[in-house]
Amino acid sequence: MLIKFFSMLREGGIKVSLTEFLTLLELLKQRVAGYSVDQFYYLSRACLVKDEALYDRFDRVFAAHFKGIEALFGDDVAEIPEDWLRKQLERNLSDEEKAQIEALGGWEKLMETLRKRLEEQEKRHQGGSKWIGTAGTSPFGAYGYNPEGIRIGQEGSRNRRAVKVWDRREFRNLDDSVELGTRNLKVALRRLRRFAREGAADELDLHDTIESTARNAGLLDIKMVPERHNAVKVLLFLDIGGSMDDHVRVCEELFSAARGEFKHLEYFYFHNCVYEGVWKDNRRRHSERMATMDLLHKYAADYKLIFVGDATMSPYEIHYPGGSVEHWNEEAGATWMKRLLNTYPKAIWLNPEPQQRWDYTPSIRMINEIMEERMYPLTVSGLEQGMRALG
Amino acid sequence: MTETRFTGTDRYVATEDLMTAVNAAVTLGRPILIKGEPGTGKTQLAEEIARGLDRPLLQWHVKSTTKAQQGLYEHDAVARLRDSQLGDERVHDIANYIVRGPLWEAFDQEVQPVLLIDEIDKADIEFPNDLLRELDRMEFYVYETHETVVARHRPIIVITSNNEKELPDAFLRRCFFHYIRFPDHETMRDIVDVHYPGLKKELLEEALKSFYDLREVPGLKKKPSTSELLDWLKLLLAEDVPPEALSSDDRRKTLPPLHGALLKNEQDVHLFERLIFLNQREGR
Repeated sequence: MLIKFFSMLREGGIKVSLTEFLTLLELLKQRVAGYSVDQFYYLSRACLVKDEALYDRFDRVFAAHFKGIEALFGDDVAEIPEDWLRKQLERNLSDEEKAQIEALGGWEKLMETLRKRLEEQEKRHQGGSKWIGTAGTSPFGAYGYNPEGIRIGQEGSRNRRAVKVWDRREFRNLDDSVELGTRNLKVALRRLRRFAREGAADELDLHDTIESTARNAGLLDIKMVPERHNAVKVLLFLDIGGSMDDHVRVCEELFSAARGEFKHLEYFYFHNCVYEGVWKDNRRRHSERMATMDLLHKYAADYKLIFVGDATMSPYEIHYPGGSVEHWNEEAGATWMKRLLNTYPKAIWLNPEPQQRWDYTPSIRMINEIMEERMYPLTVSGLEQGMRALG
Repeated sequence: MTETRFTGTDRYVATEDLMTAVNAAVTLGRPILIKGEPGTGKTQLAEEIARGLDRPLLQWHVKSTTKAQQGLYEHDAVARLRDSQLGDERVHDIANYIVRGPLWEAFDQEVQPVLLIDEIDKADIEFPNDLLRELDRMEFYVYETHETVVARHRPIIVITSNNEKELPDAFLRRCFFHYIRFPDHETMRDIVDVHYPGLKKELLEEALKSFYDLREVPGLKKKPSTSELLDWLKLLLAEDVPPEALSSDDRRKTLPPLHGALLKNEQDVHLFERLIFLNQREGR
């Protein structure tokens, strides 16, 4: 009974446990719900969903199960038919050919044209220079070359310049169990430590107790103090995926070191630049996002902000609304960066890219400008400088 | 069974989903976790359940320094030490220094009580985890006196949270959950009716319209909630404001009368004044 509903809920991303499910059955047995669907709906919701953010998702599963509607969960973005984009042919363009291809004009035009093309086009297309498909010279599609191209349905990043990626690439979570070489990083991070007493007074203050008792003519007067712990609070933002793939190892090390070092460490992932949403679990990056705005309200201004990312991206991604490679962002990345920096005055950006290359990548220069020159290389010495800037 | 069903009271309007959730919790004797915008009556719910079902109400207001142990009992070692120095007789029995917490009191009631654990998110992150077994089995062990306290009747536990901290999964799994949505126009009329039965119909309509318009204004830092609406209506009644003063013609051009009851934030009032200024300019 209802086992299909249970498994559908789990597929739909609501982590219902077995005990919760059994509780629901118990309630049904006790006739709490009566016999109306509405009652059953309220009852199962109170029983199985423990977060109002999941209500909507629950509603969809419920509707799908009890009305027999086949629903797709989590995917709001239109899927591009896969066979249409399947890699079959990859053409290597000569430099001459590349030179012949002119970009179609500005960013807005590119997006508008794509929208039109998507409407016009219905069949799979390959080669050629207008339709969306693979290995052609049209600005839309994958495995081809156009300097301002939009990449659709391509697994790896071929030249890392495409302005829009529609693939839903999944990256594994940064693993913080790596202990390799984290010792150096830990030593550097230790600079940030600042012990303070905070919270409830639950430790005996021996010194003060003796003193007060003496002053109290020998009558015991116990004094308590709060426990001492590292009072530094850190928000860690990690860039993940794309050009960061090359730096996964060193980031894992940093992450693992930071986890051990701070009691108040909150980490979030972003892709290339921070926009209106970040996520905590990279496997569920599309379904479990957290609004950056909420984050700004949730964590007080005494948190220190550390970005880790190579800042290597298309300048559109920083300065234009809608410039993100993964979704449509209403506001430009720079706006969100500034918002974060306004809230958290103590902030640095750690860049795994070697410092001598920074000047050649325009986006690194732009990010460094936004950060007010507080970008440091992700090396032990860079980390030390960064920690000094934060301290 | 009929008398154990909660259906709202004469001064509390419960929506059907809320009633269902509460009744589920009452039936199985499990805690119910209530979330929702501030001012939607989360805390009041516990009082009304107690009233509606005619049960005693116990309250435990959680603060940032509250420890889970304080809900069970506290061993006042300091008092015992002092007494020992003064040679008090009481010192020989450790039970004299065990101070009962609200959870113990609730477990020891003659009839099934309602226990309110208010604003659980204010406490330390570990707080809910420390109560897992107690809420699940409704029993705990007192180390000092080697006794196990078992609930005579599983209390109806109402827990409220303002979402300041995430609650652990293990804790959530043991609770029912209900999110009190902001009431819609219909429900709001019922709520106001319960509180001010004699309210003139036209005044109520205008006031509600004006209130919902105010909530629609984008960018408000703190949207006015039900409790603020009720306060505002009380003021309107006390000042005897005529319904015409709230009428739609000039609503966009002036602040509603006695707006201090609705807008609690300086920035919000400024925002509102700016909007009115813009509207007036447009109208010209």
